Amino acid sequence: MHIVVCIKQVPDTSDVKINPETNTLIREGVVSIINPFDENAVEAALVLKEKHGAKVTVMTMGPPQAEAALRETIALGVDDVVLLSDRAFAGSDTLATSYALAKGIEKMEEKPALILFGKQAIDGDTAQVGPGVAELLNLPIITYVRRVEIEGQLAKVERVFEDGYERMEAELPLVLTVLKEMNVPRMASLRGRMKAKKAEIKKWTAADVGADPDHCGLAGSPTKVVKIFSPPKKVGGIKIEGTAALDAARTVVGKLKEQKVI
Amino acid sequence: MQDPLIVYEEKCTGCGACVKVCPFSALSMEPREGRNLPESRFKKIAVVNEACTACGACLPSCKFDALEVREIEQKGSEDLESFSGVWIFAEQRNGEIQDVAYELLGEGRKLADELGEELSAVLMGFNIRDKAQTLIEWGADKVYVVDGAELEEYETDLYTDILSGLIRRYKPEIVLAGATSIGRAFIARVAVRVKTGLTADCTALAIDPEKRILLQTRPAFGGNIMATIITPNHRPQMATVRHKVFKKGTQQPGRAGQIIEEQPKLSLARTKIVEVLHEMGNQVNLAEADIIVSGGRGLGGPENFAMIEELAKELGAAVGASRAAVDAGWMPAYHQVGQTGKTVCPKLYIACGISGAIQHLAGMSSSDYIVAINKDADAPIFDIADFGIVGDVFEVVPMMTKVLRES
Repeated sequence: MHIVVCIKQVPDTSDVKINPETNTLIREGVVSIINPFDENAVEAALVLKEKHGAKVTVMTMGPPQAEAALRETIALGVDDVVLLSDRAFAGSDTLATSYALAKGIEKMEEKPALILFGKQAIDGDTAQVGPGVAELLNLPIITYVRRVEIEGQLAKVERVFEDGYERMEAELPLVLTVLKEMNVPRMASLRGRMKAKKAEIKKWTAADVGADPDHCGLAGSPTKVVKIFSPPKKVGGIKIEGTAALDAARTVVGKLKEQKVI
Repeated sequence: MQDPLIVYEEKCTGCGACVKVCPFSALSMEPREGRNLPESRFKKIAVVNEACTACGACLPSCKFDALEVREIEQKGSEDLESFSGVWIFAEQRNGEIQDVAYELLGEGRKLADELGEELSAVLMGFNIRDKAQTLIEWGADKVYVVDGAELEEYETDLYTDILSGLIRRYKPEIVLAGATSIGRAFIARVAVRVKTGLTADCTALAIDPEKRILLQTRPAFGGNIMATIITPNHRPQMATVRHKVFKKGTQQPGRAGQIIEEQPKLSLARTKIVEVLHEMGNQVNLAEADIIVSGGRGLGGPENFAMIEELAKELGAAVGASRAAVDAGWMPAYHQVGQTGKTVCPKLYIACGISGAIQHLAGMSSSDYIVAINKDADAPIFDIADFGIVGDVFEVVPMMTKVLRES
């Protein structure tokens, strides 16, 4: 069985600070990390590999620096990694990104039985690339998955909704997007880290995967950013301090009623 | 491949002003040496990397006119003029129209009126045709209904086939859907199939009066910046909207409209639902809750979530938790509010013992009214709270429950 996991390198937004004067993002010193949900996807693949024996390939599309994210996954125990990197991919929206990743997967010699994504990336929050890749490869998809078991050619999956979950089944090959609830990602071993350091990273360009330039990057992106601005700064309202708990409770409940929020 | 952002090497002084304003970290200052550039008295030059989206945020920062955004030629949809009308996907679950559908009708109505076009709703499910009139009363001029036993439960393949088929047939100009579990599962697939763009989680929609195109505004980077996005050359223009971001319009009983029943040929679904479990109670349905009471690190341990649950029960609220509380194992992950959890927009959010790390604020700062209780007067949560109580959560929270019970 071949399992492909698509990951994204993102800025660690818990690190992001806002310049209080200009109300803009301070990116200096912000480190890049593997998108947290993608770590759950990698972990899910490794668990399946341990159980059933599988080859796990991790792929990312990004600038040359994204190689660091791939090395991290080698340290965790994945078998192969691919970096899709080309100036032609610059400025890709979710459609162009889905296209590039789908092309990358099609280029792989061994067809994947399972393709995993994190439920969304924390910098864009769109949750659109997993479904996009599934559509382009004409594969079924189950999103928001918190559990997966493989029995032969059948995947047994739990999909989470706003107020509950469903038990589902689907034949492989299949695309899944996974939730944080799925697992706790492992830490890299020392041996894994040594291996990661030395590993050769496979790099594919747009031409390597046979991508049509009209479908790549900005040319292949139907959506276009026309304006970037800082959100209006929210200012704190009333703040009470040193009030006895009962009085504080009465005041706040009174205020909530006055504001008709309760 | 031409770069979308051009740096004129003879004008760039290497001052670095553009690097600071780029929201995508797509610019850096690099030494001129070794770049095969003519001699210059400046040592550095701006270099654009793959992260550039040609958004133009850097242009005003350059005092030397050294930057220019190049128009990229794009093959779009054919015959853009033939697309007309605003559509909303009317999500139903268990035969009940979801609130987000009414919210979309409210917003869709405004957009349709501005364009002088029709507003239509797409409704699919089993035994749901009688709900179509309700959608008309909430603002739809037309409702496309697909009713069939195969659609009793949500299924991605079928929903994708149906909506894509209807879009191809009727060619709407704009399609809106809720960013719900269902909406997010299949709308992206539909957008790819009909070969257009999709903007996720919009918080504001408007029509550009001159170009008559949809301006889609959404937060990015955890709400730290806002981006306005357009779909200039492809149709329909598609966007999703989170729960509760837009307000419902008003119901007009007896409002007349057209109901069109469609009977598309359905392919076989490739995924199968074995069992549906609505096991999680209302206390977990954060997305749809009007009120959320959340607990964080300040609670000190899992046992203290009992008082949060009690206050939530008194208010009919859902229970949320910060990442710190979830990572500590005090609460299951599906309660988590914030960047790696859920983004919520309730009428009232009560943060108990939550300091307000940026990743938490990203998930709840657009709530209508925020109450914060924290013993640290400098906690960042107070910067966004409408009502802050500096005090002991262990005293204040039970008192609030008591006061509510008595009133």
